[in-house]
Amino acid sequence: MNDMTSPDLVARELKIVGTRPLRPDGMDKVTGRAKFGADMHLPNMLIGRVLRSPHAHARIKSIDVSKAQALKGVKAVITSSALLDQPSEFIPAGEMMVNYRDITRNVMAREKVLYEGHAVAAVAAVSDAVAAQALSLIDVDYEVLPHVIDVEKAMQPDAPVLHDDMYTIGVEPTPTKSSNIAKRVEFGFGDLDAGFAKADVVVEREFTTKPVHQGYIEPHACLANVSEDGQAELWCTTQGQFIVRAFCAKLLGMEVSQLRVTASEIGGGFGGKTVVYLEPLALALSREACQPVKMVMSRTEVFQASGPTSGAKLWVKVGATKDGRITAADALLKYQAGAFQGSPVQPGAMCAFAPYELENVRVIGFDVVVNRPKVAAYRAPGGPIAEFAVESVIDEVALKIDMDPVDFRLKNAAKEGTRAPYGPKLGPIGLVQTLEAARAHAHYAAPLKANQGRGVASGFWFNIGGETCASLNVGEDGSVAMVVGTPDIGGSRASLSMMAAEELGIPLEHVRSIIGDTSSLGFNFLTGGSRVTFSSGMAVVQAARDVIEQMRDRAAKIWEVPVDDVEWVDGHARFTGAGDAKSLSLAELAATAGKTGGPIIGNAAINATGAGPSLATHLVDVEVDPETGAVTILRYTAIQDAGKAIHPSYVEGQMQGGAVQGIGWALNEEYIYDDNGRLQNPGFLDYRIPVCSDVPMIDTVIVEVPNPRHPYGVRGVGETPIVPPMGAIANAVSHATGVRFTDLPMSPPRVLDAIDSQ
Amino acid sequence: MTKRHVTTTVNGDEVEFLCATEQTLLDVLRDELYLTGSKEGCSSGDCGACSVMLDGRLVCACLVLGVEAEGRQVETIEGMASGETLHPLQQKFLEHAALQCGICTPGILVAAKALLEQNADPTETEVRYWLAGNLCRCTGYDKIVRAVLDTAADMKGAAKQSGAASKSAATQRA
Repeated sequence: MNDMTSPDLVARELKIVGTRPLRPDGMDKVTGRAKFGADMHLPNMLIGRVLRSPHAHARIKSIDVSKAQALKGVKAVITSSALLDQPSEFIPAGEMMVNYRDITRNVMAREKVLYEGHAVAAVAAVSDAVAAQALSLIDVDYEVLPHVIDVEKAMQPDAPVLHDDMYTIGVEPTPTKSSNIAKRVEFGFGDLDAGFAKADVVVEREFTTKPVHQGYIEPHACLANVSEDGQAELWCTTQGQFIVRAFCAKLLGMEVSQLRVTASEIGGGFGGKTVVYLEPLALALSREACQPVKMVMSRTEVFQASGPTSGAKLWVKVGATKDGRITAADALLKYQAGAFQGSPVQPGAMCAFAPYELENVRVIGFDVVVNRPKVAAYRAPGGPIAEFAVESVIDEVALKIDMDPVDFRLKNAAKEGTRAPYGPKLGPIGLVQTLEAARAHAHYAAPLKANQGRGVASGFWFNIGGETCASLNVGEDGSVAMVVGTPDIGGSRASLSMMAAEELGIPLEHVRSIIGDTSSLGFNFLTGGSRVTFSSGMAVVQAARDVIEQMRDRAAKIWEVPVDDVEWVDGHARFTGAGDAKSLSLAELAATAGKTGGPIIGNAAINATGAGPSLATHLVDVEVDPETGAVTILRYTAIQDAGKAIHPSYVEGQMQGGAVQGIGWALNEEYIYDDNGRLQNPGFLDYRIPVCSDVPMIDTVIVEVPNPRHPYGVRGVGETPIVPPMGAIANAVSHATGVRFTDLPMSPPRVLDAIDSQ
Repeated sequence: MTKRHVTTTVNGDEVEFLCATEQTLLDVLRDELYLTGSKEGCSSGDCGACSVMLDGRLVCACLVLGVEAEGRQVETIEGMASGETLHPLQQKFLEHAALQCGICTPGILVAAKALLEQNADPTETEVRYWLAGNLCRCTGYDKIVRAVLDTAADMKGAAKQSGAASKSAATQRA
């Protein structure tokens, strides 16, 4: 059932949705009881460790593991031969297209190592100390090759080529020479020349952004247990247990049903836990040792070998008339993919200008491989990079025509019916409402002092739906076990159980919410794309309506009346026909279930469509210290269209968390490499994410323009909040200093240089 | 690799364990005593997820060796609630939605409790600098800071009330 449009979306009186109850998993998380990836132990458990490449680019001539194998206490040693090689082809995995040739090479290098930290071998031993000693006994003979880590250098014809068989897709004719340019994409419509000819003002700028890491506090961790007959269990921290199962089964040559994956509590992911690193290795080691194998990454390994998002080189050109109408917009985006193709340049190109209604627009993007870790999704993947550049240029255009930047955006804002730069017409969206809320906010009128500046930026993200299941198992006392297949990364057990209770008309505490393992439900796409409250919410609502239909049926049978004369109100079946009032509660119906048709289960297995884009506008005030170049965030207001905030506290939390991640991206965070392609700051001391004393309170305004395709109007809110901050902060710093900042991060030395070179 | 025998007190209970000399207190808590509420986010003292109290002092358990716990008092997140009664900070964190993924929560709660024990009425700035050693990547810290300030306000109110009550009792006696 894809169309769950609820005609009474707004009029309906809600009892639970929209309130702020305590979250169901809260108690375990404030007492230390919650079990995360590294918190599981099994009897007879081994510890696995990974040997990683010290080189950015090298051919593996040979690997000798014999000394490691001979070490007392070592139970298994593997190299890439433990995993099946795969052909290079793109295969769907849920909403993604994946290339298993690349995945198997990323989890364990085959012919070459392609970045520092690339896995080359792994061991399992009776203790961590023995495993570490075993790694030191593995001999790898490398032929070091020239490397390239800069995106523009990697695009040069004489650059070292990472993959001999990579021929750029998306250019005609297909090149005959291999290169590091995996793909070219282009979106847009209209006549750019004509558009720019009509402009009174044209602003054109180049920008750079650095790779930044998702920075989840919980490192990757898993515990694999493969039995002698090949049945396997895997406990791991992931955003998608079903995707882990699909990837691991493929790499290990298993049937998916033989592998049961349980998602632990997840200590942050932000997109970075949508792929596999340790999981196939732990399974392969366990299969060889016939013992459970636990593997946990160190923080250094997390930085070196798990996915940051792309660094990029960008160019944006926007033209506008004096009265504030954009006439043309053009952009060129070059994104680093890391060692394997698949940067988020395509979504970046699609949403670069998406907040605006444009007649003439073009975005060209390049996906470029370099000798860095393969990028992974990071919150609105691709969007923040492109929109940082666009929002900076929009700000400069507004400045040049002497128009308030909020008014300029309002004049050009995308709305329902606007043709998006990537093609389709947009449904109802809330950008205008966020801009109006910004203009009306006290923050926007607050006075500024010397060395202070205010910045505004808007942001767009698509949000997605996808394959989703839910089960509501009604117990004999009428309480309900709700089973969903999407890991809860920030409060979704709260929002989903609230929707279940609202639909069924029962108290929230009668719903117990469980994240099911891969054997307890049909396939679920992962927690990502801001899809969980939207898609799993839709599935839960459908499962609840399934229960309600069954209850009406059973009540009608008990009362011997037509089912049309039975309605479901406040957790009760009620007889609406002529005669005496009759009522049966869910608990009463459940107690007699054995006599009325057996156990009561509500199920839903859907491919959720109709996700609604979420748009945001952020306001930020900064102060720049002219002596040190340090930027202080003085005040921050995040305004976003949530569609409907099921649990407003956790919607605010997404907005606040995204804003602060964006502050880190804007001001501090970057991967720093030496001349040999080795990462110089793989730790939280030198890769500095925002700490508590770096930031002020983050004010939030939730706008609700319901998504008509969701029973409660939900859009999804998790990703959009990281889209506007970099543009907003760059605009604020530019206004505070009088210098236009185009390179991230705006760390103190860079800001000081810019001020001094004025 | 001879292991050392260590006797220590964890959350009020005497415990004994064997540990290798290079094992940290965090390793021992998690892997020998199975108290996995203290988390390992970095093992270099940068993230604070393993914050515990050692003889009343806030430390990163990853920067203390297991053998150093000999004869000392260790307090972890597992000892913060008393029976069914949560510590006021734990309750306020739930009410303020001051956690998302929850991995940093145990360390932040232990650190915040240490703050309130030595400064019952902290300013927002004092809370922010005290917690600067505890990284949270989900919340942006807003709701965490509010939860700590609200706890302090409540505890102060409760102290005032009980102070007023004992004062009035004293007056009556007089």
